[in-house]
Amino acid sequence: MSHVDLDARRLLCPMPVIRLQDQIKTLHTGDTVTVTCTDPGVMNDIPAWSRINGHSVINSEEEEYLYQLTIQVGATP
Amino acid sequence: MSKQYKAVSLVSGGLDSMLASQVIMDQGIHVEGINFFTGFCVEGHTHAIRKQDDKKPKRNNALWVAEQLGMKLHIIDVIEEYKDVLINPKYGYGANMNPCLDCKIFMVKKAHEWIKENDFDFIITGEVIGQRPMSQRKQTMPIIAHQSGADELLLRPLSAKNLPETLPEREGWVDREQLFDFSGRSRKPQIALANELGIDDYAQPAGGCCFLTDASYSNKLVDLWQNRNDKNYEMDDIMMLKVGRHIRPNARFKLIIAREEGECRFMEGYRKEFDHLHCTSHTGPMALIDGKPNSEDLQLAARILARFGKGRSEEQVDVELGLKNGVKRQYSIKPLGSDDIPKEWYL
Ligand code: SF4
Repeated sequence: MSHVDLDARRLLCPMPVIRLQDQIKTLHTGDTVTVTCTDPGVMNDIPAWSRINGHSVINSEEEEYLYQLTIQVGATP
Repeated sequence: MSKQYKAVSLVSGGLDSMLASQVIMDQGIHVEGINFFTGFCVEGHTHAIRKQDDKKPKRNNALWVAEQLGMKLHIIDVIEEYKDVLINPKYGYGANMNPCLDCKIFMVKKAHEWIKENDFDFIITGEVIGQRPMSQRKQTMPIIAHQSGADELLLRPLSAKNLPETLPEREGWVDREQLFDFSGRSRKPQIALANELGIDDYAQPAGGCCFLTDASYSNKLVDLWQNRNDKNYEMDDIMMLKVGRHIRPNARFKLIIAREEGECRFMEGYRKEFDHLHCTSHTGPMALIDGKPNSEDLQLAARILARFGKGRSEEQVDVELGLKNGVKRQYSIKPLGSDDIPKEWYL
């Protein structure tokens, strides 16, 4: 299992989702990614994208205009 | 066992592509959505920046549609490739800077490449004949199919019966009889179909799916191109056109003045990319300076900015200029009066 940190600060939706999607393509089932963002829209978009594509958000935090989510990769295509 | 056919659906987040996807899924086809991010999409952006929009749901409609229909959604970044579509549209622009026909051709072409790479069988869109003046006329439908290279692999379920048979229909992958013959600008048939399918919540985009159909946004884009003498653009440029009040006193520079706190916070992130101003003696917004102002221009910029702060009626206020390289300069100036800013300066 590997873990990756992804910096998506200053990107506006849906760019953080696109970056996450591209990152997940390089990972395997069970791996995790923590993505750090400044656009509050990610708190809605990343969980929605994860649900649709079979991944799980295992943690999400919000502090001082910084939004951080950790996603565990589900079944890969 | 018969083959499971697979279609990719161009999902904008609006009702038409939602319906098109659902009716094809109902025929037993495996459908996944694809959404192209050109940089100009209305989704999210300004909602994310402007605090006053806090009450509106910050959902991305394409993702929301995909979730409602239970299909996967692939969001593809086409920002770089889209520049050529916008800068050199073969079929020209619509009412504003929207190159809709070229845009549709481009998107279907990208979807066609995608189905080849991902082993899908055909493409569907929510296009309806006559729905939009430029890209969805009866004459333009075959142009999109042909110029994109998708030809017979492009199926428009909502208008299929008004169009020549496509491969999925001819081969019986889908039943043409169960498709539709919608045409014209009326939204009634779509709303009736939505009711029939039990879809009662959907986005109703005003105008089009992107900022390029917006007159004020288009003006700012044209201004940017004219004053830079170059049509090339970066993501930051097109993002900035969505933010703040834009005031151009001359060809050398323009000011982008934050309209509220959310924009201020967003623009503060650009202090290393733009020279910027803020008032130090009174509260007020910040401004970014785009272009190459001379020293007189900078004085003028400070006076304009002061006009939008709490010290607007004072004889003198202090404004700090921060340069991209971190150097700071102070100005003590008199704010411009409201009549001193000609209407033409506002973009
Ligand atoms: S409205 Fe914008 S995204 Fe939609 S077809 Fe026209 S140019 Fe393309």
